[in-house]
Amino acid sequence: MSAVEAEAPARPRRYLLERQGVLAPLLLAPAILYIFALVAVPFFLAIIYSLSDVTIGDPSIDLVGLDNFRAVLQDRVFRRSLRNSVVMTSATMLLVVVVARVLALVLTQNFRGKWLVRFLILLPWTTPVSLAAIVWLWMLDSLFSPIDWTLRYLGLIDGSLNWLGNPDLAPVSVVLVQVWRIVPLAAVIIMAGIVAIPDEIYDAARVDGAGFWRTQFEITNPLIMPVTAVAVLFGAVVVFADMSVPYVLTRGGPIDATQVLPTWAFFRGIQGGDLAQGAAIALFAFPVLAAMAIAILRAVRRMDIG
Amino acid sequence: MSLHARALRRRVGGRIALYALVLLFTAQATVPFAWGLITTFKANPDLYNRDNNPFLFNEPPTLDHVQFLFRGTAFGTFVGNTVVVALCVVAITLLVAIPAAYSLGRLSLRRGGAVAIAIFFVYLIPPSLLFISLSPVVANLGLQDSRWSLVVVYPTITIPVSVWLLTGFFKSIPRDMEEQAMVDGCSRMGAFFLMVLPAAVPGLIAVVVFASTLSASEFIYALAFVSQTSQKTVSVGVPTELVRGDIFFWQALQAATLVVAIPIALVFNLFLKRFISGFTMGAVKG
Amino acid sequence: MAIVEARNLTKAFDGQHPAVDNLNLLTEEGEYLVLLGPSGSGKSTLLRLIAGLEQPTSGEVFIAGEPMAGLPPRVRRIAMVFQSYALYPHKSVYDNIVFPLKAQGTDPQERPAKVQWAADLLGIGHLLKRKPRQLSGGERQRVALARALVREPAVFLLDEPLSNLDAKLRATARDELKTFQERIGVTTLYVTHDQVEAMGLGDRIAVMNEGSIRQIGTPEEVYSDPADTFVATFVGSPPMNLIRRGSTIVGFRPEAMLPAAERAGEGITLPVDVSRVEYLGSERHVVGVLSGDGTRDKLSGVLPAALPLQIVEGPGQQFFVRSSDLRFFDAETTARTGPQPVPDL
Repeated sequence: MSAVEAEAPARPRRYLLERQGVLAPLLLAPAILYIFALVAVPFFLAIIYSLSDVTIGDPSIDLVGLDNFRAVLQDRVFRRSLRNSVVMTSATMLLVVVVARVLALVLTQNFRGKWLVRFLILLPWTTPVSLAAIVWLWMLDSLFSPIDWTLRYLGLIDGSLNWLGNPDLAPVSVVLVQVWRIVPLAAVIIMAGIVAIPDEIYDAARVDGAGFWRTQFEITNPLIMPVTAVAVLFGAVVVFADMSVPYVLTRGGPIDATQVLPTWAFFRGIQGGDLAQGAAIALFAFPVLAAMAIAILRAVRRMDIG
Repeated sequence: MSLHARALRRRVGGRIALYALVLLFTAQATVPFAWGLITTFKANPDLYNRDNNPFLFNEPPTLDHVQFLFRGTAFGTFVGNTVVVALCVVAITLLVAIPAAYSLGRLSLRRGGAVAIAIFFVYLIPPSLLFISLSPVVANLGLQDSRWSLVVVYPTITIPVSVWLLTGFFKSIPRDMEEQAMVDGCSRMGAFFLMVLPAAVPGLIAVVVFASTLSASEFIYALAFVSQTSQKTVSVGVPTELVRGDIFFWQALQAATLVVAIPIALVFNLFLKRFISGFTMGAVKG
Repeated sequence: MAIVEARNLTKAFDGQHPAVDNLNLLTEEGEYLVLLGPSGSGKSTLLRLIAGLEQPTSGEVFIAGEPMAGLPPRVRRIAMVFQSYALYPHKSVYDNIVFPLKAQGTDPQERPAKVQWAADLLGIGHLLKRKPRQLSGGERQRVALARALVREPAVFLLDEPLSNLDAKLRATARDELKTFQERIGVTTLYVTHDQVEAMGLGDRIAVMNEGSIRQIGTPEEVYSDPADTFVATFVGSPPMNLIRRGSTIVGFRPEAMLPAAERAGEGITLPVDVSRVEYLGSERHVVGVLSGDGTRDKLSGVLPAALPLQIVEGPGQQFFVRSSDLRFFDAETTARTGPQPVPDL
């Protein structure tokens, strides 16, 4: 018997952990469990709540079918919230797309002090949402707004613009604050797309005679379409699901002018104690978000440049 | 005008437009913060006078309000809570997301692609939907009104994104490295720690930055689950506690915002490039 | 008339060593001029300076007699084909070719005819509706050429367009390029690092190194009469054998190293320790070391395989080089000198 044959390999059991078939699910398990316990379960719980009469005072779950949804749909405030959510998110993203596209182009150029500029421009996004909202709460204060002061100083207005108290102006203010903080995020994402375009394509366009505007519209824009779609959809998800800005700025008022689905769900569900209705309200957001998520994935798939 | 002069004018015009835009964008991003900075040091009589120029110090600047922030409010507690929560959330996220990402990005798993997409989808179920039903879950765990509720809940947000980010990273590391190590005598786990993990450091940094900034900024869960002042994080504590009835302590509020915002922004910027590459790698490969 | 002229052209990037160093160049009308050199020699930079994609640090570029200082690429009457072809990936072949016409404001009525003309010349008329990613490498090259052609330029600039093709494709693509250029007769500047390509394509070759042109001439001139040791070793594979003795360098091509039995006329004999003989089908490569005076210079020889003589590995093999095949260089300046007395080897 040769020396090689004398040592048989150890029994397979010891190498169980080396096998991909065993290792892979094992490593994945904690994440799956975590998400299942704290996302999937509450998600289905929310669905059950919406079909029951649960309140903070009465935690027993008695199913009542679609009563909550019916009640919610008849609620004037809810209809207003749904409308506000859609309108304000759309308005925000329309503005963001244009502004962020310009900003992304600016940030891909070379100029002095670029690091500092980038740092400052990102402040709106990197600042915690509630604190950014506080900064604007003060900027738009009905008595002491420096914007109003400047407008008064320039003789353009008398008195104050009631940014947050005027039912027509308040939604505009919320949209502007959202645009302000989302633009840096969108710009950075779009920038990644612009930079991915090979230099030679721009050289070819220069040689072919394309000037600045033609290059931007016929070359750059089509090629960054998928990335821009991702940026817009990401931003839309963030804004649609955001509660912080309307809550801090206006508490959803005045007279529900800035009430959106998340804030209304909060007021009904947590503050008002009616968990069932709160769940029903919040669940209305889900189909919209799911549709946006699918759109994001489709755009990501198309992201390789020919 | 000759061809030469026209070309020159176009170049110069472009430069001017560029700097004008740079100035404009920088101004719109910073003016609110600059205003907050000035406000921080303004004395009350100066601040609360509508006729005073808000951008100048009509009365001498004062540190009173900053001192008030740190001594007379629970701000220090808020920061402490935020740090504790952030550290714990980062730890949990890394512990759970790294193996999951390795599994999805490296080891062949049946329907691994579907799992990855499912995880991405989870991220898109927003807190503003889940907080309703998570409230009783949190209460059942006995974590109601405690910062530990946030430590438990925040990973539900950070884990999906981190898995998505890191999966892209792990996929992009050449298999040769691991296989070389395994041929040289490492077990698979050994190869992982010695070869793969160090190469994925940019992705890990992106995860750390993301998880800690999220812990500091998340609002909805923090508002819904924690009402006790001593347990609040900065994100909820500042807007709710620096107000007494109808009276806003504006100077303290602005100071608090700046104290929190600037370090976070610095960290973010230092790692921005890594973060972007992590994001786009995750997107393209995922 | 010279179509392209560079006068004392210099380009230095950010205080580094100049990429193009005080370079002078005059092309002949309708010629196919190859800029050949290793990477970093400045050939691509020179091309980009002529195209107007870079501005010179000093010196001037003239195209068709007109000074080009400060002018953008589109008014220079040039067309360029890039290494990656740089086709617009989101546009169809037709839209790729018509793009320069749109950009320059050509009458919309005339555009389709011009595109058709260019496409037909390159045999891609049937591909007009396709997108670049649906095309093969060779087809992409033809689209890039059509896009360049449609501008009816005075000069074609090509920047290593064959490097991205695989070896098999490269030969046919090279053929097509040459035929194409002969047909349209436009002055062409072609950048490459591949000296086989250069020899096959060029009417003249400008061999470049470190920002200057070392020699410009026909392939025969550059191969048989190199101007310095750089040209001698860069052109030709295996490179010219160079042996330094004192202040002179003696050089001869590997195929000039004949077995001693083939000795005819005046020349020198070389004792060589042959370390390896490689049989490559049509030729044999002989690798060895000069064993005469102990300096052990490396030598390579190329012999046609049809030659019935057996060359074996081993010391003390005798080789012969004709005097007319010897080239002499100054050891200090590396420049070519006239014939010298042959030192003992």
